[in-house]
Amino acid sequence: MDLKEKLVSSFLAFENKGGLDLDSNVHNIRTKAIQNFEQEGFPTKKDEEWKYTSLNSVLKHDFSLFPETAKPVGFKNVKEYLINDIESYTLIFIDGVFSSFLSDTTHDDCDVCVLSSALTRPKYKMVVDNYFNTIAKNNNSLTDLNTAFSVEGAFINIPKNTIVPKPIQILNFSTGSEKEVMLQPRNLVVVGENSHVQIIERHQNLSKNTVLTNAVTEIFVHKRAIVDYYKIQNDTENASLVDSTFVSQKQQSVASVHTYSFGGKLIRNNLEFYHEGEHITSNLNGISILNKKQHVDNHTLVNHKFPNCESHELYKGIYADKSTGVFNGKVIVQQEAQKTNAFQQNNNILIDDGASINAKPQLEIFADDVKCSHGCTIGQLDESALFYMQSRGIPKKEAKALLLFAFGNDVVEKIKIPQLKTRITKLIAKNLGVSLGFDF
Amino acid sequence: MLKVKNLHASINDKEILKGINLEIKAGEVHAIMGPNGSGKSTLSAVIAGKEEYEVTKGSVILNNEDLEDLAPEERAHKGIFLSFQYPVEIPGVTVTNFIKTAINETRKAKGLEDLPAKDMLKLIREKADLLEIDRKFLSRSLNEGFSGGEKKRNEIFQMAMLEPKLAILDETDSGLDIDALKVVANGVNKLKSKDNAVLVITHYQRLLDYIVPDFVHVLHNGKIVKSGGKELALELEEKGYDWVK
Repeated sequence: MDLKEKLVSSFLAFENKGGLDLDSNVHNIRTKAIQNFEQEGFPTKKDEEWKYTSLNSVLKHDFSLFPETAKPVGFKNVKEYLINDIESYTLIFIDGVFSSFLSDTTHDDCDVCVLSSALTRPKYKMVVDNYFNTIAKNNNSLTDLNTAFSVEGAFINIPKNTIVPKPIQILNFSTGSEKEVMLQPRNLVVVGENSHVQIIERHQNLSKNTVLTNAVTEIFVHKRAIVDYYKIQNDTENASLVDSTFVSQKQQSVASVHTYSFGGKLIRNNLEFYHEGEHITSNLNGISILNKKQHVDNHTLVNHKFPNCESHELYKGIYADKSTGVFNGKVIVQQEAQKTNAFQQNNNILIDDGASINAKPQLEIFADDVKCSHGCTIGQLDESALFYMQSRGIPKKEAKALLLFAFGNDVVEKIKIPQLKTRITKLIAKNLGVSLGFDF
Repeated sequence: MLKVKNLHASINDKEILKGINLEIKAGEVHAIMGPNGSGKSTLSAVIAGKEEYEVTKGSVILNNEDLEDLAPEERAHKGIFLSFQYPVEIPGVTVTNFIKTAINETRKAKGLEDLPAKDMLKLIREKADLLEIDRKFLSRSLNEGFSGGEKKRNEIFQMAMLEPKLAILDETDSGLDIDALKVVANGVNKLKSKDNAVLVITHYQRLLDYIVPDFVHVLHNGKIVKSGGKELALELEEKGYDWVK
């Protein structure tokens, strides 16, 4: 039985497991989603959107879908993956199951809790019915697969006029309680008018066993609200991640999604922005630093549907050894979206001969009074810059690292949480294999 | 201090230096002049250790040590400084961070601890003042968007910070107006001592009015064809390079 058949047939077991309201609207959505998935199956390289990323090596495993959490996990096991030196709300999931013991939730001024409870409590029914799977629907079969099994994840519901006082950290751990595990976390984030929230998300494998995470996040940003969402992807060599994030923005809102991909076997990021009003700003920032045979695929979409909006996209990649990268940046400017400013930039450095990047800017512009630009570069380290630095006494290895650091620095500069900035800076230094004698 | 013996060097199998002999003692200022393509910049790059050049014969000796197998940074640690004709722009690295890294890497190579931040700051300010460099300039990305004069001034600022034994100034006067030239030359003169030496590489005599050489050498077609005192520079200016060919 291949993985697809296994997943489809597991749906019955999933329903019978208990705890689900089988008559609910949400379950209706799940049922349709599994049907879609059954019809479509996993994407293959024949799909235009998956031309450069093959899931074959990931899908050959015999994944457990409902892992037992046999191994107890304490704070000391997960501490190092948290940004510890700031106050924050935390939502910690162990093998897909919420750990109330390790987490710090709230229902005071806003709801920072879990989807499983939002799905069953009448007070959240309206939020769930209004938002759940409204922008993730009809996207692709992997999103359908997540929807079909969606039962747990972060539920963040910020009422209007609320500045969430501290960042929210969402951490998904897998413990390796079973040899091969597939996880399907599902996050729903609703941010009311004039509100502001910062979210940090991370997936982390605590074992050497194989993990495939198929995550879906829907983010709704209301009028004048501000959302900063940071994704840290620095997982083990046996962990793969398909991360699909959908952002819907109302007028004058600002939404920024930052993606730092430093580790994992295969990472596919689908990031899509949909505009539902004027004067919206969307920011998409990413750095990928890969080595060995790692693979990262950043697929982004910004859909400009209203006038006077802007999008800023900046993705940088540093590829060593035999690592491979994909950047596919699609920007649609619909006919009504006059006075759009859409900027996209993708710069890559290939350190070794075996590394490669496929970059594809894709602009579809149907309005005539717009400013759109895209730039894409693929280069190597500047030898003359290296000699210059060496001639001042900086050894070649450090000179290379400094150049690479400088290359990624404008993306790091966009981080608005200082402690996170420090952490990301350290992760970059570690990935480049150097210690830096100064702070950026 | 520096002995260049019968130095032959080539790039992509094309021989550029065809037997250079040169000796520079501590406390001396030497100038190398020559027309375009005579090998002036190649000589400075070879002394600094640029890897693209292959030394096919001869040697470069600094304080009795053959530099042949040393990487550019190791030569820098031993006291060689090359001021570039075209300093490289490095976006994202500030002047301050760059010089801090250079200083501390040099100290590390000598087995010393990092210079304490306070001392570093003091040193940076002192040397910046010497070269009339605006403090704001120090937090800009290295050479990025700098004018020709700012780039050269920044080179001499780094030289002042690193305190080399042998400073090679490769076409430091190019791209400088007369005021900037005076500031740069003044900086070099203040850094000069009986323990260090300067090698000025220039096409024109102009810079030598301000940094006065003890010896002038004329380079032509990869060889030193004439050597003399500072009056040689004036003679060259008057008669042109055809005179020495």
